[in-house]
Amino acid sequence: MRHLMNPLDFTVEELDALFDLANDIEKNPGKYAHACEGKKLATCFYEPSTRTRLSFESAMLSLGGQVLGFSDAASSSASKGESVSDTIRVISCFADICAMRHPKEGAPMVAASKSSIPVINAGDGGHQHPTQTLTDLLTIRSLKGRLTHFTIGLCGDLKFGRTVHSLINALVRYPDIHFVFISPPELKVPDYITDMLGERGIRYQEVIRLEECMADLDMLYMTRVQRERFFNEEEYVRLKDFYILNKEKMSLAKDDMLILHPLPRVNEISVEVDDDERAIYFKQVQYGVYVRMALILTLLGLA
Amino acid sequence: MLNVGKIEEGYVLDHIPAGKSLSIYHHLQLDKLDCMVAIIKNARSNKMGKKDILKVECDINTLDLDVLAFIDHNITVNVIQDGKLVDKKELTLPKEIKNIIKCKNPRCITSIEQGLPHIFFLADEKAEIYRCKYCEEKYNERL
Repeated sequence: MRHLMNPLDFTVEELDALFDLANDIEKNPGKYAHACEGKKLATCFYEPSTRTRLSFESAMLSLGGQVLGFSDAASSSASKGESVSDTIRVISCFADICAMRHPKEGAPMVAASKSSIPVINAGDGGHQHPTQTLTDLLTIRSLKGRLTHFTIGLCGDLKFGRTVHSLINALVRYPDIHFVFISPPELKVPDYITDMLGERGIRYQEVIRLEECMADLDMLYMTRVQRERFFNEEEYVRLKDFYILNKEKMSLAKDDMLILHPLPRVNEISVEVDDDERAIYFKQVQYGVYVRMALILTLLGLA
Repeated sequence: MLNVGKIEEGYVLDHIPAGKSLSIYHHLQLDKLDCMVAIIKNARSNKMGKKDILKVECDINTLDLDVLAFIDHNITVNVIQDGKLVDKKELTLPKEIKNIIKCKNPRCITSIEQGLPHIFFLADEKAEIYRCKYCEEKYNERL
């Protein structure tokens, strides 16, 4: 039985098949409207994440399946001290597939090891969030037409940003990707990532300001810079505007550049940018549903 | 010169970094075995300056060499049978180690889930880096 714990669990070829399926679902939703009839998805969310949970539920409902689950640990038997291993054995009797979010890293892997149904990691602490990475890849592939030969800028908190690390690890498997890391020195991408890029001979550069690289980018992945990540308030005040994307900075970018964001956005992208056709972060949410639909079908063996 | 008697069957663990023999004694759980153990500390060594040596008289199938390899794979393992040296084992870093070290990441599922084995895998052989199977946190300390 197949589970999804890490975006790298699927080979590049398997991902291609998954994305082809997601694109077919996008074009012909009617064809898949009853594909999961009689099947149930359990969303086991030990911490609240409304967006991810609703995306999974929307995906299953769009496939004609049904959903059940809980949306925080307090309303689950975890509050009574039940282990993850026991919970998944019970859930296996209730549902055909499970999406699990847990604040403890590795919890979905423990669940998968005891489960008789496929388990999808829907986020485990600061560790992995594979369906976000699949969403990012599908969005790029669908709107750029390829996952090769481009320059991608990653901006904001690159030190702690889980989505950024996952995306880099997923993209290095494709040829001719050039990375530009845009962050304050305090929030630089960790050494183990730049070491890995160096070993693989992948080009990257690190810059402090968005303006330095805006014109070179085919894609810009924005993330939030949080005040509490800075060593002192002065530095935060000095640097915070560098990482806010506005119309002025957009004027430096290519006409076909794409702006992605895992959301929720706070103020790192000005609302004035939302109407720019290069701003695709809300489309990205829609691709998140398509990729989850394709994933459910694949893991249930219905693809 | 210190003299320690011959053993009939067991191991002589040589080239242990000076001062580490007691740690190895505990990790191999030699305190639980009812056998003769000689711990030689700070012996003179041409190669290392100072070294520790452990002599253990035991059934040669009882020693967990993976633990030893994880602690230090440069240790020389001499296998003794019928009072003679019958084999010298090369230690290689184990691909996976179970319940030898514990994950210290407070966000790891091993911190709350009962009965879960602590498993680490060899993530980088060159740099000798082990990571927790569940949360992938790097294990930083050497034993």
